[in-house]
Amino acid sequence: MTVRGNIVGIDSPEALERALRTAYYLADEGLATAAYLGLALGKPLLLEGAPGVGKTEAAKAIAAVLGRRLIRLQCYEGIDASAALYEWNYPRQMLAIRQAGEESIDIYGETFLIERPMLAALRAPDSTVLLIDEIDRADQEFEAFLLEFLSDFQISIPERGTVRAAERPVVVLTSNRTRDLHEALRRRCVYHWIDYPTAEREARIVMMRASSVAESTARAVVAAVGKLRREPLSKAPGIAEAVDWAEAATLLHARGARWPDAFKRSIGVALKDEEDLTFISGRLDALIAEAAA
Amino acid sequence: MSDELQLPTPVRVFVSFVALLRINGFAVAPEQTTAFLAAIELLGPRSLETIRQAGLATLAPPPERRATYDRLFELHFLGSEAIDQAGAEDEEVVRLQEEGRGEDETLLADEANESGLVAARAEALVERRFAPGATGDALRRLAREAPARLPRRRGHRRMRARRGPWADLRRTLRESVRSDGEVLRLGRLKRRTRPRKVLLLIDVSGSMKGRTDDNMKLAHAVVHAAPNVEVFTFGTRLTRVSRALRLKRREQALSAAAHLVSDWDGGTRIGDALQAFLAVPRFGGYARSAAVVILSDGLERGDPSALRDAVARLSRRAWRLSWLTPLASGPGFQPQTEALIAIRRFVDDLASGETTAAIVSHVLSLGQRKAA
Repeated sequence: MTVRGNIVGIDSPEALERALRTAYYLADEGLATAAYLGLALGKPLLLEGAPGVGKTEAAKAIAAVLGRRLIRLQCYEGIDASAALYEWNYPRQMLAIRQAGEESIDIYGETFLIERPMLAALRAPDSTVLLIDEIDRADQEFEAFLLEFLSDFQISIPERGTVRAAERPVVVLTSNRTRDLHEALRRRCVYHWIDYPTAEREARIVMMRASSVAESTARAVVAAVGKLRREPLSKAPGIAEAVDWAEAATLLHARGARWPDAFKRSIGVALKDEEDLTFISGRLDALIAEAAA
Repeated sequence: MSDELQLPTPVRVFVSFVALLRINGFAVAPEQTTAFLAAIELLGPRSLETIRQAGLATLAPPPERRATYDRLFELHFLGSEAIDQAGAEDEEVVRLQEEGRGEDETLLADEANESGLVAARAEALVERRFAPGATGDALRRLAREAPARLPRRRGHRRMRARRGPWADLRRTLRESVRSDGEVLRLGRLKRRTRPRKVLLLIDVSGSMKGRTDDNMKLAHAVVHAAPNVEVFTFGTRLTRVSRALRLKRREQALSAAAHLVSDWDGGTRIGDALQAFLAVPRFGGYARSAAVVILSDGLERGDPSALRDAVARLSRRAWRLSWLTPLASGPGFQPQTEALIAIRRFVDDLASGETTAAIVSHVLSLGQRKAA
């Protein structure tokens, strides 16, 4: 295992946390430690958490801090190797064969190779961050296939040979935990479970992310969102929803709506499910009044 | 570290913490231990909190067991003050692990509560003989239709097909040779499918007495109709009967299973049995992306929250989780028992398990359903 304690001037979790803050991302101590360890130990970083706690944002912020390009591989059911690694450009190969006529040509040359995210990251490990998003949506088979990639960082293309990364690429995996990931995958990664932030931290995130939200508004929104998360809703509002709600309420207020009313009328940006809205509608007034107090 | 026996003392403390985690059922691989040590070296000896964070990141305890991890951490690094706080929950987990290691086929569900809170759940350990009955039409239908209708999953290999997402370059080029290098028809490839795993969990407690005989016969038929089937029975214990049911002759298979299972017609602790099932990685793996079918009335004598947690975990692992209860008759069934209401949102199908025909119809319809 090669350990690199200092990555582009970041030599401790605290330094990474400060750097992330300049990229408008507030990381708590656990996340900063896990991300720093992942970078230093050259291991992939696996982030799990409820939807909307900022897993993908964390990957974007890490890429920004390192000054690298983010390559995103969005997983879905049925994703396979050709969507993740590489594909041959068959039409071009066919055309090349026709054009060559009697001459012999190599149809497995560079020009016929279509790079997909994992190969792209492998070929430029020093200038990219690979984000494998929502890995829990992919099939088990794809997960097993990822294992090989994540431990050796090499891809074999039968027609051309093995492509190996010059250095270990930075890889971030995210999962909404709609299903349990395989132990073998978790084992290869540095792991962090992102929880909903504390009210204090979330209020700071809302103010950092939203353009013109007063501190009192941010606190009220965060308190209300915190209460909503404790209700048995089918889709609890995430941090992104809190930010949107604060902005929407501020906008309505600027257009002349009174305060508790502005919150109530903009509830649609925080709760996006008909059943949830009906479920909460009776108590919404009390809930907002309580939060605003 | 050339000689393992002479680890330096500071290292030994961390390695023994990993060992403590393993005893308590955390799956920690050697490479994770290495990463843990490297992380501590990297972060420097700053505070205990740093070590805790490093452990969280590299040893990756599952989020639902974070509390246990924290307690074990305090116990190990802060000494014995924390022992009192280590609750009963931990002890159960330890017990299950120890018992699971010793025995191969049967796993004892925990008996920790036996003398305490719920004294009425006495175990009734009985052997059962199966009456040789006539084969039902439903079972014949299962054997006939299962190969075509049981759920399948996409495999990783490709096969030639009339239409599909990929071009079959090899075949196309070979055929083009016949027409002097002119491509007349583009061959296509698609993903080959494979049979999906099926996991049957059968409630053999007293309240299911009327169904148990038929359910076991059904399980035998399913095992022989599909290549990848695992069957467990549960009541007060959890027993794997797949191997016994693989015997071809039904009477022989059922009597072999009857000898393995010792809790026929006893009490029910579904939650504990499912927890025990999930706690053993070898068993829990059977549920991974499988079609899981539970045959039970959901009359839980134990703690409904244990049941709810277990079913939630099971549903995250499973491709599709079906709960077939003999109490449900008709499509408009509304669960009445506390346990069934609690688990309802984790279960993909809550349907009738009243007759063998109903169960067979449901199992055969699984192939048409999508993963939830």
